[in-house]
Amino acid sequence: MTIALSGRKIAGKLQEQFPGSIVQSDESSLLVKSEHLLAIATFLKTTPGFDFDYLTSVTAVDYRDYFELVYHLISIEHNHSLVLKVRCHDRENPTVPSVVGVWRGADFQEREIYDLMGIKFEGHPNLKRIVLWEGFQGHPLRKEYKGIYK
Amino acid sequence: MEIDKRHRLHIYSDEELDKNEGEIIELLKAASQQPVPDQDEWLDEQLRRNILVTSVEILLNAARCASLWPVVCFPACCAFEFITTAASRFDISRFGMEIIRASPRQADLMITAGTLTWKNAPNVRRVYDQMAEPKWVIAMGACAISGGIFSGSYSVVPGYNRIIPVDVYVPGCPPRPEALLYGIEQLRRKISSLQFLA
Repeated sequence: MTIALSGRKIAGKLQEQFPGSIVQSDESSLLVKSEHLLAIATFLKTTPGFDFDYLTSVTAVDYRDYFELVYHLISIEHNHSLVLKVRCHDRENPTVPSVVGVWRGADFQEREIYDLMGIKFEGHPNLKRIVLWEGFQGHPLRKEYKGIYK
Repeated sequence: MEIDKRHRLHIYSDEELDKNEGEIIELLKAASQQPVPDQDEWLDEQLRRNILVTSVEILLNAARCASLWPVVCFPACCAFEFITTAASRFDISRFGMEIIRASPRQADLMITAGTLTWKNAPNVRRVYDQMAEPKWVIAMGACAISGGIFSGSYSVVPGYNRIIPVDVYVPGCPPRPEALLYGIEQLRRKISSLQFLA
């Protein structure tokens, strides 16, 4: 059984390395500032003891005031997991750094988030729609999206 | 290597088995020197005296509805009901339909078993266009008729009749095999009443 690491304990270790990067942390997750995301992701992947070498999933949630991106990380070597979160408060032009450079598996999932939520990933090698077709208007998983037949 | 004969006491010896087999074959061969007479031989005389008079339309329509070959178009879960219909319990080979063609050029019926998204719609349209005339379409299930539970969705085609002409609608989510067979029956009725040489 994979052991879920406490976000609060990891936050303590990250605080020394990246001061001011943690927004909040609890037992289940860790919320970081988006400008520190790439550095923290690289740190979590490469630091011995953490070795989060596998990104299970990237998802996005629309909380109306902000978007929240959820990264589920797993270390295959240590069999432990961590939930990393980033918030994006700009609704007009939401942008977060892409983690494709750290975990290659993020490629299609970030494209899906771009497709359905309209969040742009800076540094993504091929950011275009993946589920819907080119020319589709809007991003249908956003809360303000109205269906095309309504 | 010597075989201990004591172990063979309770079974037949090889020689006995071979001898027995040879006798059976010889007996059958002796009794089978002539071919079995054709039991339907009396029919030949009857058939020689018969003349069937019909119209070209009826003949062609009978041929057409007796072997509708469906093309593969299974975008979603109705496909399983279709597979059940094709399998042994419901057995659409009773209607000469058991050959489900992977190539649209060899098919004349499209059973649209499943939800169709706009992204997939050009492919279905292309498969339909590649089918040779005459061709028919059965819209199977709620999604095929109107989009079903996805009818207000941004990505689902609200009914196959938006992109291809539909002959028979089979409601249900998914329809039971009996319902699909009833739909096929209705299509056969439609085909047998076609008038194209008027």
